[in-house]
Amino acid sequence: MCLAVPGKILSISGDDPLERVGSVQFGGIIKNVSLAYVPTAQVGDYVIVHVGFAISVVDEQEATRVFDYLQQMDELRELEETAE
Amino acid sequence: MRYIDEYRDARAALRYAKVIERITTRPWTLMEICGGQTHAIVKFGIDTLLPPQITLVHGPGCPVCVTPVELIDKAVAIAADPKAIFCSFGDMLRVPGTSRDLLSVKAAGGDVRIVYSPLDALKIARSNPDKEVVFFAVGFETTAPANAMAVYQARREGIRNFSILVSHVLVPPAMEAILSSPQNQVQGFLAAGHVCTVMGYTEYEPIARRYGVPIVVTGFEPLDILQGVAMCVRQLEQGRAEVENQYARSVRRGGNRLAQELIAEVFEVVPRKWRGLGWIADSGLGLREPYREFDAERRFDLAEYTAEEPAECISGLVLQGVKKPHECPAFGTRCLPEHPLGAPMVSSEGACAAYFRYRRVRAEKPQPAARDA
Amino acid sequence: MDTAPTLTVTCPLPIADYPAVQMAHGGGGTLMHQLIERLIVPAFSNPALETRHDGALLELQGLRLAFTTDSYVVHPLFFPGGDIGSLAVHGTVNDLAMCGARPLYLSVGLIIEEGLPMETLRRVVQSMRQAADAAGVQLVTGDTKVVDRGTGDGIFINTAGIGVIEHGLTIAPASVRPGDALLLSGDLGRHGIAIMAVREGLEFESAIESDSAALAGVVGSLLAAGIEIRCMRDLTRGGLASALVEIAEAAQVSIDIDERAIPVCDDVRGACEILGLDPLYVANEGRFVCFVPAEQADRALEVMRAHPLGAGASLIGHVGGDTPGLVTMTSGIGASRIIDMLSGEQLPRIC
Repeated sequence: MCLAVPGKILSISGDDPLERVGSVQFGGIIKNVSLAYVPTAQVGDYVIVHVGFAISVVDEQEATRVFDYLQQMDELRELEETAE
Repeated sequence: MRYIDEYRDARAALRYAKVIERITTRPWTLMEICGGQTHAIVKFGIDTLLPPQITLVHGPGCPVCVTPVELIDKAVAIAADPKAIFCSFGDMLRVPGTSRDLLSVKAAGGDVRIVYSPLDALKIARSNPDKEVVFFAVGFETTAPANAMAVYQARREGIRNFSILVSHVLVPPAMEAILSSPQNQVQGFLAAGHVCTVMGYTEYEPIARRYGVPIVVTGFEPLDILQGVAMCVRQLEQGRAEVENQYARSVRRGGNRLAQELIAEVFEVVPRKWRGLGWIADSGLGLREPYREFDAERRFDLAEYTAEEPAECISGLVLQGVKKPHECPAFGTRCLPEHPLGAPMVSSEGACAAYFRYRRVRAEKPQPAARDA
Repeated sequence: MDTAPTLTVTCPLPIADYPAVQMAHGGGGTLMHQLIERLIVPAFSNPALETRHDGALLELQGLRLAFTTDSYVVHPLFFPGGDIGSLAVHGTVNDLAMCGARPLYLSVGLIIEEGLPMETLRRVVQSMRQAADAAGVQLVTGDTKVVDRGTGDGIFINTAGIGVIEHGLTIAPASVRPGDALLLSGDLGRHGIAIMAVREGLEFESAIESDSAALAGVVGSLLAAGIEIRCMRDLTRGGLASALVEIAEAAQVSIDIDERAIPVCDDVRGACEILGLDPLYVANEGRFVCFVPAEQADRALEVMRAHPLGAGASLIGHVGGDTPGLVTMTSGIGASRIIDMLSGEQLPRIC
């Protein structure tokens, strides 16, 4: 379930925290998205958006983990092979 | 697109495939809970990259698939009411009820509208004060914050002509139902990354312990799924049974607190009937007392509906991962996407539709093999 | 990875099982094909109809003509990049162009709903005029009817067209051979997303425009360059996927394409990602696929790219001879999957 897509916040409007709305860019299109659930999100942040609501802010550092893990597993193999 | 394209890199996918092959020494059966993950697996052909010892079974992670027949019947009843505007996500329109689906109600003149967000339904309510606007609030925990917000705002603004037909289900009870079944063959789980973005993953820790199964919170892009599989297999090979977080760029252990608060404000945990699985205690969400006036079942007096599922549909067994779609005798013959017997053939996330659309096993047609990038 | 047992996929449901025509019967996918195959074609059967091509190829006293018709029921009537009027002209011009014919004359039938503002009608007609001028065709005959309020969705337009074939090729699915190259004239999905955005009120803050356009010019360039076109098909409802499945079945060949070679612009990409749509199935109105002999692919691409409507042209796959009717695609991550016809309309999803 849960088609949620990362987009970049281009601008934010609304003072009431529940009605805070971001203009979010997905590829080439821009859509208004509720930021009610990500009060710390700022312009320039990437957010994960599901049915018009941002549900988390993308952690840019964690984002590279997928590649770090791959690197680690490959290095592990090299270690194992040299040990053999 | 950033944070999408990088995770669809063909070379990295192949490297992951090799890693998984290297670390797998025994057969393992894994289940991915989420329909979105099923979709990605079949669409990108991820399972063709995995070694033969790994079996991926597709779990009940499609709220569309598990919505009981009687709820569709209720939706159809409301949609056919001339004073109602029935708003829904696109997914629900083709799910078969006892005799009709929402699309055929639309064909017959019912005001059925597809919306992208529950807030769009609220907007329709504001602009159509003389109509009863009903939103089909389907989903797992991921969609609950959005649905909660719509109701919360409706109450705050005093919008009288808006209500929701609730079919919210929760993942952990479903997982437990699968694990405690005597037919269970699942040894490890890829948990739903967006559900956990909202709820965090503390609820899975007791499950991992109690049943001795590794649970890896996984994202939705090909590399996410491959890494999730790698992490899960690694645990299995090492005899561990822990909760790990592959999708750390979106998921924090405690999840989204604000979203959880609003869910708790508007909803409470209730027993729910799952299509194909039956009643599971504490497995769904219903509106809490201050918000019950927004319950469409109350407004339209539909509480007493019951219905039977077509006997031929084995969606229950498919949803539990006990059978694969093509093992169903009706698959591709009496049950087709344009004439489905059960929801998993309708929903684009349903295991059966995914198999049908992206595989279409035909006589004398060999399956295309994976190719090197 | 377990090997699945082989099953024969047949549809045991006679068309009579649908007591009423559904929206999906017009969607360009399986249901529409069933309706045509089981109810319509048998009623009229003749050789021209049997070729199952967009236009009929006719011989009239030594002159080769193409004849086609199409009806336009698009809603909303006006959308970014076009309207029902320009669509009606482009669509029929394109069907003629896909036969390799030079479009000459169009007829137009208007079915107008009582109450349609005169200004709307004026705009639609003006738009048709402009589109016809740009495509080099004349609207030479027509008809107008008005129907009761509530039954017409504003306006329905039918256009029929005649074109002349000035080359010796037989451009039809039957001419496609194993080994042929498959070219796509440009990026996918603009029309479908433009329509959906307006119709479903999806309000993208940046407007995506339909790609609606007349393709006779770029086809003309290919013919003038001596390219031995085997078959062409403009992409409409059902998108690239449906067109390829139709041709693979009509031509009894297999087709394999590479997802990485298929152009999709950023706007459409973003919209498809958030709505959960597959660009392969999204409607287009100004794009076509072209099958040419493999050795002419480079030259054909050069010619197409030199034309404004072919600027994004790309080689996306090849024809094979192994399993007739099978369309496969190598996905972005290098694994392969079968491409099927869609059943019914593709709907936005949350799941």
